[in-house]
Amino acid sequence: MSGSSNLVAMKKVVQQLRFEASLPRVKVSQAAADLQQFCMQHAMQDPLLTGVSSSTNPFRPQKVCSFL
Amino acid sequence: MAAEKAEIDALKKECDGLRTKIEAARKAVNDGSMSAAAGGVASVGRVQLKNRKTLKGHLAKIYSLHWAADSRQMVSASQDGKLLIWDCFTGNKLVAVPLKSAWVMSVAFAPSGNLVASGGLDNMCTVYNIKAASPKTLRELDAHTGYLSCCRFLSDSEILTASGDTTCCLWDLETGKQKTVFTNHIGDCMSLALSPDQNTFISGACDSLAKLWDLREGTCKQTFSGHTSDINAIAFFPNGHAIVTGSDDCSCKMYDLRSDQEVIGYQDSSLNAGVTSLALSNSGRLIFAGYDDFNCHIWDTLKGEKVGVLSGHDNRVSCTGVPEDGMGVCTGSWDSFLKLWN
Repeated sequence: MSGSSNLVAMKKVVQQLRFEASLPRVKVSQAAADLQQFCMQHAMQDPLLTGVSSSTNPFRPQKVCSFL
Repeated sequence: MAAEKAEIDALKKECDGLRTKIEAARKAVNDGSMSAAAGGVASVGRVQLKNRKTLKGHLAKIYSLHWAADSRQMVSASQDGKLLIWDCFTGNKLVAVPLKSAWVMSVAFAPSGNLVASGGLDNMCTVYNIKAASPKTLRELDAHTGYLSCCRFLSDSEILTASGDTTCCLWDLETGKQKTVFTNHIGDCMSLALSPDQNTFISGACDSLAKLWDLREGTCKQTFSGHTSDINAIAFFPNGHAIVTGSDDCSCKMYDLRSDQEVIGYQDSSLNAGVTSLALSNSGRLIFAGYDDFNCHIWDTLKGEKVGVLSGHDNRVSCTGVPEDGMGVCTGSWDSFLKLWN
């Protein structure tokens, strides 16, 4: 009967919510500071931020080279 | 039965109480905004990337792309019924994989580079060995009862899938069977992403929720709400402590996993197009988000400001990807082209 499957479903929802309610939570100010620090620390290793020079750009349009 | 109704009512009441408790706990740690905290951070200025290459070869809408771990090869999927594997340094096509079903929605490259997987309206995830003389079907993973929206390899022996049947699934590729089924979403699952340490993954769904799952235990650990429409795209921030989502509600959001809440939103009143895809630059400072307005807009992750745009496609940008070495970004579109930018 659909009645008891509703009950089973509700119990699962309650169980999930109980679990999620018990999580430890860190202050947003701390979380924000950590994310910022990560970005700052890795900024120089981010080619899309620092830019890619044409000599080292793997996607540059192929140029024909010749030995002179 | 009256007794059962009473029990259900009591459970509903407990649910409401728990939801209130969760909101209160989130509020209690919400002691400052991310954009305010970023006040002292230098601006990235205008990010102007150039279109270095346009990859032509597909004959119909491109639905998905995925970079190989070598940051050189990339696989794309089109509803012309083909997967194409590209050498992005030369622009050459290396392999073409003909699909049994042209209605492909997702494609993935295995970290080893030996396998690719795809799936879509056929409800299956098909895994191909692309190192054989001609692409060989290795496995057809057939248990979802809805379309395959996303797939990601953990290794050559395990793959994760997300489906329109509202579940995600971890498969054993040696046996071709489901190892774990992740159920909790109440809408079609549209996207998934693996954590950098591969212990957890995140999923975005049409129920407008994002969920964090424990891969080995099979349980949902956290649920993030706030979007008002389908979440089409999801990615981890590079340190694994935050996630970014993109939605049909025209916004992207960042949720911090340890604060268990949204910490910043990325939206602009002039942007009235849904977000289809997104990828982060290696430092996490830039978000590349593909939109239905034919553009890929670039956001400053920390400040929440739009800092650039990749324009050039003649139709919806359906997929976006940054390779592991972070050297560029690739966009794929319904206009049948892929573009490489840096």
